Amino acid sequence: MSANLSALFYLISGILFILALRGLSSPETSRQGNYFGIAGMTISIIVTFLSVGNFGPGFIYVLVFLLIGGSIGAFIAFRIPMTAMPELVAGFHSLVGLAAVFVAISAFLRPEAFNLGNIGNIKLASLIEMSLGAAIGAITFSGSIIAFLKLRGIMSGAPITFKGQHIINLILGLAIIFLIYYLCKSQSSNIFWTIVLISFVVGVLLIIPIGGADMPVVISMLNSYSGWAAAGIGFTLENTALIITGALVGSSGAILSYIMCKGMNRSFFNVILGGWGANDQTSSSQSKEQKPVKNGNADDAAFLMKNASSVIIVPGYGMAVAQAQHALREMVDALKKNGVKVSYAIHPVAGRMPGHMNVLLAEANVPYDEVFELEEINNDFANCDVAYVIGANDVTNPIAKSDPQSPIYGMPILDVEKSKSVLFVKRSLSPGYAGIDNDLFYRDNTLMLFADAKKMTEEIVKSL
Amino acid sequence: MEIDPFIFRLSIFILTIFVGYYVVWSVTPSLHTPLMSVTNAISSVIIVGAIIAALAGSSDNIFETSNIFGFLAIILAAVNIFGGFLVTQRMLQMYKKKKK
Repeated sequence: MSANLSALFYLISGILFILALRGLSSPETSRQGNYFGIAGMTISIIVTFLSVGNFGPGFIYVLVFLLIGGSIGAFIAFRIPMTAMPELVAGFHSLVGLAAVFVAISAFLRPEAFNLGNIGNIKLASLIEMSLGAAIGAITFSGSIIAFLKLRGIMSGAPITFKGQHIINLILGLAIIFLIYYLCKSQSSNIFWTIVLISFVVGVLLIIPIGGADMPVVISMLNSYSGWAAAGIGFTLENTALIITGALVGSSGAILSYIMCKGMNRSFFNVILGGWGANDQTSSSQSKEQKPVKNGNADDAAFLMKNASSVIIVPGYGMAVAQAQHALREMVDALKKNGVKVSYAIHPVAGRMPGHMNVLLAEANVPYDEVFELEEINNDFANCDVAYVIGANDVTNPIAKSDPQSPIYGMPILDVEKSKSVLFVKRSLSPGYAGIDNDLFYRDNTLMLFADAKKMTEEIVKSL
Repeated sequence: MEIDPFIFRLSIFILTIFVGYYVVWSVTPSLHTPLMSVTNAISSVIIVGAIIAALAGSSDNIFETSNIFGFLAIILAAVNIFGGFLVTQRMLQMYKKKKK
């Protein structure tokens, strides 16, 4: 297949990828969008086979490896529980990163196969592109591994910081740039390997200081990196599909990071430089003078909600941990039978990744038109009889609106306190990830339900 | 003077960043998780490079170092392609409207 023809097909793939993302603008068109994505990928792969035109024994191996990888991927995709989506996505990012590194290595070892010149005499631009691709890929790989370990709970979610961390990162970053420059002059393979190695280290150092609560930002950021790595390789291989995809994924991840940062009212640099989340856990426990709280049980909650005309559910990550989404749906069904109007309110940073809560609710067969984003529903709290907070904490804390000293001041929060009564399901009065006490616990209209989210919800279902 | 093809690729790249910017802002927040898994899947189009790497060289020696890296990259990218698209599909199947 001629280079021009295959370039046109790669362009078509690129356009199909754009349509795949476009489809996600509403759930109705999203499934069709996914098929566009699959079509784009299929075209890219077939065109590559045709343009390489080598159907010897190597081709069989390629198909075999494709199938091995594909079956592993399919197996994971069908088995993974929806609560584990963040880990899965982090794990997948690491694979893209490592694949980029491998392709870059391969291009460096055999540049003539990619029309990049010869060993020891690789085109200057290609050398820059492939080393950038390899470096970003390596950072994505090791960073995602750390994110995966933290999300999976294998590694503690607490930020790991040490003295001079930022300076070391800066020096390593500058070292990579310097080495790329030096690589262009010397074409030395040792330098290329050193760049890859340093980048692996940078990826680790970049993610370890970021706390567990900031994981939504980290995942989005790594999503973005994996895109830039793909784009770097796309430039090296002069491949339009890869360049288009890289740019799409890169900007998508960047926008998600921005949305997540805004949801927490923090600047991107503040998150990257780390160190929120673990610091003031101790101070807040001291200042916690025993303020009176109202303590309720399942029967009280059932009574309140049964006699309400509207209820808003505020789910958070705690719901996912307790696997309470199915019990929650049953409770809502029972309420609806009693003629209660029920809707769900989702904060942008609820869960461990963007949109995580929505997927979990969808899994529990909650119709998506009952689920609302913060801006859509926040005014409704004032007219609602009961707010049922399950597994959320910081995102409901009214202190974010009133106390400029608070670390979460200015963070957009759900105006739960405006509803006539608040039912707060929580195991104890301990503060959330921000490490601050939630004022809502002590309000007159708040009834605390101290229990596991799933057990409490099930008990409420029984008493309904 | 002739324009370097690199400039064309750079133009595509930058224009696509803009396309991506507008397309992604129009994605409904409730589908942000599928967005991440599908971007993950499509960024594995890097498999194109992996295939070229794996098939490079003569047929006599198909397992030179550069080929091996290509084969490894194929496995990784394939996990991602199948895993990414299928898990996205699985999630999107769950989004249902209210039954009336």
